[in-house]
Order: sequence, then C-alpha cells, then structure tokens
Amino acid sequence: MTPLVELKNISLSFGGVRAVDNVSLDLYPGEVVGLLGHNGAGKSTLIKILAGAYQMDEGEIWIEGKKATIHSPRDARRYNIETIYQTLALADNLDAPSNLFLGRELTNRFGLVDDAQMEAETRKIMARLNPNFKKISEPVSALSGGQRQSVAIARAVYFNAKILIMDEPTAALGVHESKMVADLIKELKAQGLGIFLISHDTREMLELCDRVSVMKNGALIGTEKVGDVTEDDILSMIIMGKARDAA
Amino acid sequence: MTDTTTETGAAVRPSPTAPKRSFLSQLEIDTRLLGMIGAFILVCLVFNVLTDGRFLTPRNIFNLTIQTVSVAIMATGMVFVIVTRHIDLSVGAMLATCSAAMAMTQTDILPRMMGLGLGHPLTPWIAIAVGLVVGISIGAFQGWLIGFLTIPAFIVTLGGLLVWRNVAWYMTDGQTIGPLDETFRKFGGINGTLGETWSWVVGVIAVIAALWALWSARRNKVNHGFPIKPVWAEVLVGLIIAGGILGFVAILNAYEVPTARLLREFKARGDVMPEGYSASYGIPYSVLLLIAIAIGMTVMARRTRLGRYIFATGGNPDAAELSGINTRLLTVKVFALMGGLIALSAVVASARLTNHSNDIGTLDELRVIAAAVIGGTALAGGIGTIHGAILGALIMQSLQSGMAMVGVDAPLQNIVVGAVLVLAVWIDIVYRRRLGGK
Repeated sequence: MTPLVELKNISLSFGGVRAVDNVSLDLYPGEVVGLLGHNGAGKSTLIKILAGAYQMDEGEIWIEGKKATIHSPRDARRYNIETIYQTLALADNLDAPSNLFLGRELTNRFGLVDDAQMEAETRKIMARLNPNFKKISEPVSALSGGQRQSVAIARAVYFNAKILIMDEPTAALGVHESKMVADLIKELKAQGLGIFLISHDTREMLELCDRVSVMKNGALIGTEKVGDVTEDDILSMIIMGKARDAA
Repeated sequence: MTDTTTETGAAVRPSPTAPKRSFLSQLEIDTRLLGMIGAFILVCLVFNVLTDGRFLTPRNIFNLTIQTVSVAIMATGMVFVIVTRHIDLSVGAMLATCSAAMAMTQTDILPRMMGLGLGHPLTPWIAIAVGLVVGISIGAFQGWLIGFLTIPAFIVTLGGLLVWRNVAWYMTDGQTIGPLDETFRKFGGINGTLGETWSWVVGVIAVIAALWALWSARRNKVNHGFPIKPVWAEVLVGLIIAGGILGFVAILNAYEVPTARLLREFKARGDVMPEGYSASYGIPYSVLLLIAIAIGMTVMARRTRLGRYIFATGGNPDAAELSGINTRLLTVKVFALMGGLIALSAVVASARLTNHSNDIGTLDELRVIAAAVIGGTALAGGIGTIHGAILGALIMQSLQSGMAMVGVDAPLQNIVVGAVLVLAVWIDIVYRRRLGGK
C-alpha cells in the first residue's frame, strides 16, 4: 500500500538551531501516528512544515506516492491536508461560520460572501460534532474552550481532509470533551483518514495511535507500534532519547 | 407569505424557559450605534439651545454635512487600516500631495502639454484620475514598506507625514494654486448640488433600496430557517430608516439659495428672474460621493472576501496566515485603498476651497484617526464599522462648529475636542468590558 504521507529527511534550522534534524516519517490511510517528545523537541515544527506554515531547508514531502510542493498553508490545503493547531488559529472577533470558512468562503453568484449559506453549513456540521453548540453568530471570543476547539475541529473536518494534523487537540478540554475528541478521531480513522496526533498524554496516545514516533532535540529517536511497547518504554525514549533496542 | 414567516418564526423562537428578549434586542440594533446616535443628538440639542436655535437650521445642517465629507471619506479607509492593527499618520500630508498634483494638472500640465485649459470638459476628470493614481501609488508604496519590509506602520507613515507634506510644497513652490476648474469645484459642496427634484428622486430610490435590502435579508434567513425578528420590529426599523433618509433630504431641500445669488445667476445667463422664484440646494454632490463610498466600503467590509480577510487579520494575524491569507499583500491593498480614498477626499477638500493651498489637510490625520476611534474602531484591531467612523466624523465636526458658533475661543475648542476623544475611548472601553463580562 502506498503511504498517504512520506516525510523524507526533513531538516529545518532557525538561526543555527536545528529545530528539525533529518526526520523521516510516514503515515498510511486509516492510521493514527502519534508524535511524542518534550517541549521544543521539534514536533510542532515538523507538522507545521507539512501544514505549509514553515518552509523546510532540506528534505522531501511525498503525498500518495507523488512528490509534493508545499510552500504555503494554501498549498497544503490543496493536498487535502487540514491542521488543528495548538493555538486553534481562530480569529476571535469573527463568528464560528466565518472562522470555519476562513480563506475558503462560500460566495453567491455576485462573488459576495454568502453568510447565510455558511451559517447553514456550520449548523449542519456542528449538529454532528457538538450538538450543544448554539452560539453560531457570536464572536468566537465569547465561546468556552471546548466550543472553540469544536470550531477548529469542524474547520479541519468539513473540507474532506485526507490527512489530518492535530496538535494537542485535547490540551484545553475537560474529561467529557476529551472523550468526544477521542471518539471523533476513531470515527475519522475508520473513514480512512490518516492522522498525525501530537500530545503530551502518553496514555491517551497509546490508546488512540497505531504507531508512535518519539522526537528529542529535533531528531527522531524512533517509531514503534503501540502493541510492541509499554508506557515505560515510551517514557524512557522521551527522557533518555534512546531508541528501544539500544536502551 | 405572512403566514409562512410567522410559522418559521414561531418554530425557532426561544423556548419559554429562555429569558424574554428585551425591546432593543428584538430590534437587533447595535446598542453601541444607538449610544453614538444619542450622543450626536445630545450635542446637537445642546448647541441648538446655546445658539438660540441657530444650530439646527437647514443652512447649518447643510454646512455641517459638507464640512464633514472630506474627513469622513478618509475615516472609512482608516477603519480598515486600524482594523488590520496599523495606523496611517500621513493622510493629511498625502491629501496635500494629491491636491497639489490635481491642481497642477489642471492649471499647468494640461494647458501646457495638451492644450486643455480650465473649463475643458475633460480637464476635471483627467485631474481626478491623476489624483487617484498618485494617492493609490503612494498608499501602495507605504503598504509595501509596511507589509513586505515589515517596517512598523507608525514609522512609515510618520516619515510619510513629513515627506508628502513637503512633496506637495515642492510641487507648487508653496503657492496657492487656483482657481480650479469649474466642474471640478462642483465636488466641493455648495457649488454643486442636486437641486430639489433630483434630491427627492435620490431619496426615494435610497428608501426603496434600503427596504429591499431589509426584505431580502429577511427572506434569506427564512429560506435557511434561521431565527428572524418579529414583523413589527422589521417594520419599525424600516420606518426609522425611511424616515431618516427622507427627513435628511427634506432638511437639505429646505435650505434655499439666497435670492441675491439667484439674481446673479439669472443675470449671468442674460435672463430675468421671475417674481417669487426660489430654488433649493438639495443634496450636495460631495455628500452623494460620501454615501456611495460608505455603501461601497460597507459592502466590502461585510460581504467580500477582502473585507473578511481584513477583519480576520486584525483579529488574529497568525490565524489569517495559517488560513492561507496573504497578509502582506493584504496590507498593500489596505493602504492602497486608503490612498485612493485620500485622493477622493482631496478632490472634495480642494474643490470646497476652490483652490489648492499649501496647508490643505494639515492635522487631518488626527481628525481622521479620532473620527474612526470615536466611531468605535478598536486600536487593538479586528473591530470597527464604516458607519461608526462617519458618525464619529460628524460628531467631531458638530462639536467644532457648534463651539465656533457659540463663540468659544479657538484654544478652548481644541482642548474640548481632545478631551472628548479621550473620554469617548474610555466610555468605549467600559462598554466593551461590560459586554465581555456578560
């Protein structure tokens, strides 16, 4: 089977610091790959390269067996890569529909933004993701953390993503909402999406992911199938920065 | 039609447990806007009492509107600039450069190079085109410095304030250039008005357009099954809007051309004025221009992608960028638009003076920024409305001319205007905090 995404020997430096150092990763359809590591290990930087927010210095990205050129978030969206950022990347002053469709507004026959249509679509997807979501036409600054998260998730899911990147999707959420996100991840996985998941919660990662990759100081320590490792193995990879067989 | 609407309305009306909506929230009118209109009416009434009824005469209201136009046009552009978290301190200086360019085009370049003198039918339009090119180019250039070279807007436009003020001086050798073309001068206010009949025609068209917009917005909501206002609220809003438009036209039409001037005009045409003849000024072209710009800018802000991106970038620049918006190019566009509006404003300002003077537009940057900010544009970015900025300009101008009519000393006038600016922003901060804490 062709991998959905292949990251080959990716490197990126910020003024002498190698934030991502020769990292190779792959992702298959219907698979969840977790990225683990300390703060500053390079996880977010790596996925931001795939999302088009950063430009890599070296390396190649292959999507569905073809070499891809991703220079901007717009390019990434063209390859059906959707990202849920840790910061959520919402414009607080705009309402949920405007945020959901930001950069991809629906327009009417005069080329004007069709707010009513976008609101209708937002109501539809929200009914599925978070039935309690009612504040459709209020600025998202008025929403709770969980509701804001649902807007960010809805934005990623709505546009038929094939590749989904989730950076700490449950960090700001309560127990109940985290469970909803976990269920959603399982559902999307069953639909055949490939998901990169970043989280600090090792236990959650072992439950949701098929494989986990551990990074430290910009380099990839190793990638393991979750069935082959224990939580302690992963923790020692994160802390010691050594691959399992070497430890 | 009525049946289906009420049915849909009932279906989505809040459940009995939900708190009953207040009168104002049923009308769905922005309370902030209401507060500003209230403040404006208060200012007018107070000055009307202080001037023994001279403030609210058709003549003074007419003057007030034409004095407000120039700053109001620029204030609509300043809203976009401030919404994207920038500032433009160079608008007054750019106005001078645009005005100088247009004055020199009419009086010097066109007659000398193309043999088109003042009064030639093409002259005013070529001049305005030159002004627009100059304004848009300067704006785009400053926007490029800000967006692509990432120099702070404050610095770029502070430099621009000095540069463009003196470019204007250099172009004209500091001389007053005039008189300007007669058609060109029609954009200044009192020299170019629609007259009574056409003013009513425009007023009626405006009412029809406004009611149609209300109706189609409602129909759109019904089609999607969204909550709608009760019919009485819709009708009330429609009546207020229609009354406002027609009232405004009636007031401008009530200002009659002085008999002496009519006599002069008839004499110039070689006619004799009929007994009992009178004529009204009606809506000035400059006010029509402002209204057209206000509508265009409002549509741009609310209904175009460009407007959506401007507000998104102001709310969260990183999010906008991650959504694939080219925020650098957006900055260039916003400043170029500002430049174009400055050029139109320069047409109105120099036409009103009937010449280009070296100090035209001095301190306009402060008036324009103050108008936008009093009008509810947040300097932190992301929030602001076009109608608010125009109302802000109107409030500032009312204060200024009201105090002048009452006979307040010039230094005191400026002290009051400065204090009002600070006060208005403080009230806005308190208001927003209340709203946020709700």
